[in-house]
Amino acid sequence: MRYSVDENGYYGQFGGAYIPEMLYPNVEELRDNYLSIIGDSAFKAEFDKLLKDYVGRPTPLYFAKRLSEQYGAKIYLKREDLCHTGAHKVNNTIGQIILAKKLGKQKIIAETGAGQHGVATATVCALMGMECIVYMGEIDMQRQKPNVERMRILGAEVVPAKSGSKTLKDATNEAMRHWISNPVDTHYIIGSVVGPHPYPDMVARFQSVISEEMKWQLNEEEGTEYPHYVIACVGGGSNAAGAFYHYLDEEKVKLVAVEAAGRGVDSGESAATSYLGKPGVLHGSKTLLMQTADGQVVEPYSISAGLDYPGIGPMHAHLFDTGRVKFENATDEEAMVAGVELSKLEGIIPAIESAHALAALRKMSFEKSDIVVINLSGRGDKDLETYIKWGKY
Amino acid sequence: MTTNRINDVFQNKKNVLSVYYTAGFPELNNTLAIAQYLEAAGADIIEIGMPFSDPVADGPTIQESNKKALENGMSIKLLFEQLKEVRQSVSIPIILMGYINPVLQFGIHEFCENCEEVGVDGLILPDLPMAEYMAVYKGKFEKHGIKNVFLITPQTSEQRVKEIDQNTDGFIYMVSSASTTGAKGSFSVEQINYFERIKNMNLKNPTLIGFGISNHDTYLQACTYSSGAIIGSAFINCIDSSGIEKGNINQFVKDIKG
Repeated sequence: MRYSVDENGYYGQFGGAYIPEMLYPNVEELRDNYLSIIGDSAFKAEFDKLLKDYVGRPTPLYFAKRLSEQYGAKIYLKREDLCHTGAHKVNNTIGQIILAKKLGKQKIIAETGAGQHGVATATVCALMGMECIVYMGEIDMQRQKPNVERMRILGAEVVPAKSGSKTLKDATNEAMRHWISNPVDTHYIIGSVVGPHPYPDMVARFQSVISEEMKWQLNEEEGTEYPHYVIACVGGGSNAAGAFYHYLDEEKVKLVAVEAAGRGVDSGESAATSYLGKPGVLHGSKTLLMQTADGQVVEPYSISAGLDYPGIGPMHAHLFDTGRVKFENATDEEAMVAGVELSKLEGIIPAIESAHALAALRKMSFEKSDIVVINLSGRGDKDLETYIKWGKY
Repeated sequence: MTTNRINDVFQNKKNVLSVYYTAGFPELNNTLAIAQYLEAAGADIIEIGMPFSDPVADGPTIQESNKKALENGMSIKLLFEQLKEVRQSVSIPIILMGYINPVLQFGIHEFCENCEEVGVDGLILPDLPMAEYMAVYKGKFEKHGIKNVFLITPQTSEQRVKEIDQNTDGFIYMVSSASTTGAKGSFSVEQINYFERIKNMNLKNPTLIGFGISNHDTYLQACTYSSGAIIGSAFINCIDSSGIEKGNINQFVKDIKG
């Protein structure tokens, strides 16, 4: 595979494991074991069964007839919004918690921004009866109160990250610090294709079930496994990694990643990392990073809490660099319009993250026969307040 | 290879005390004065932190000092300007500590040149992994006479400790426990066992124990098992609450060394 990770944990010039020595044993243990554990038939059987019976997979590949008419192409929606907990995040947390058990870990920590990954982690910890601590930026905790309470109902402890800018990147810093101080009994479930090797590869593998299903589902509908386009939103990039995974080496499938432009890519309030970022090192990997000329990490902005991360996964940085994936972006406004449009045309209120992917439709031109798959990564229930505040529906 | 100030210190002094402070904290232009006062007070090595927005290996005290320093306008460029004439008044080793990203953005080549020019003897870059150092950085650092200081922890395997020992010739930074930086008060039995285990390995490099050294007792204990100790958070707390006056810094070092 041209785009897969190499033995040193790199995707082209991006990736690696830039971690302090205090984390080396933890990460080494994962690196040395993850492939054999997830390749084991007992692991696969448990993972597949939980994805089927607990998460509700396979998720439908739905032909969106009215949306298709609107844009003059055959548009399918991969319905990750129908996963248990309301987003694709749970595919990864199921995989990682089984892996954590196999490694003999008793405690789980996680970081969360909007709370979706935190909820997905708290959920699988309840399922497995494991202790769960979720770090969340103090500011995000105020913004996403329902998800904080959801995690608490599920039995997790939610710890406010009070350092730095008190948002997702600081929650990640705090989770790493916790892991430094608890290296033996704790597994850190990272929520996206970010972090030191092997996290980006491991999370991408767990999410790859998305494109694995797309292939046979599309074959049933259209007699081909290969759409003309796959479109997904990118914050850290886990849903996009899953949606692109089995198409990466099929160059005829055009892959489109949509970043959050916030109030506009040049407004100073944006999270469009591929446009604004430069190569740098954060949270254990070399990747594209929004930063000042002095190398200090810049706080990103998007209306969608799931997309305001200052970096992207190293795999995506490489896919951007090589041109394999075309990077688009959508502003807050464009995403909200697209979210309301899908609601009215198809009766599906999407997460605002996923609405960014939908917003790419009007920036592209299609042939009538083009098959387009959009990864609908999450549902919009968690975003009702934002929709209401925006008000134009 | 020519010896540098770091090698000299370990050859000539016992119970080495290295003191850390963050450049640009508490005030932007304190860097040079603190270095001078520390040497006058009897510190043996100075470790100057290059502030970063996301210092994952650091506890709350040093995080806050990093944040404040950045708000004050600190940068690597400015730090090198502040250190331009440091060798006219400071003769003990100077080590820069920081995270790799700001160094990369400054430009690794230019960074090494600046280190040599102002008289920096060593670097501690906790998120620069050994494999990366060996592949990309070692040649550049050595060309400019810079010692790279590696960290080891209680979880570092014996084999890896040996490997680290082979790949440096300055000193090894022994992180005293599985934790981020910060003052803790005293050492546990497990920590003492770990110190003894490393001591008995008879490494070719001297070791300094850091993380959790905050007073005369922990300093002396560290010195029993290694060549000395590193103090960071306790000193930051001191200058934060009492200021950077010469007498204050003098008293701090005297209290630690006894």
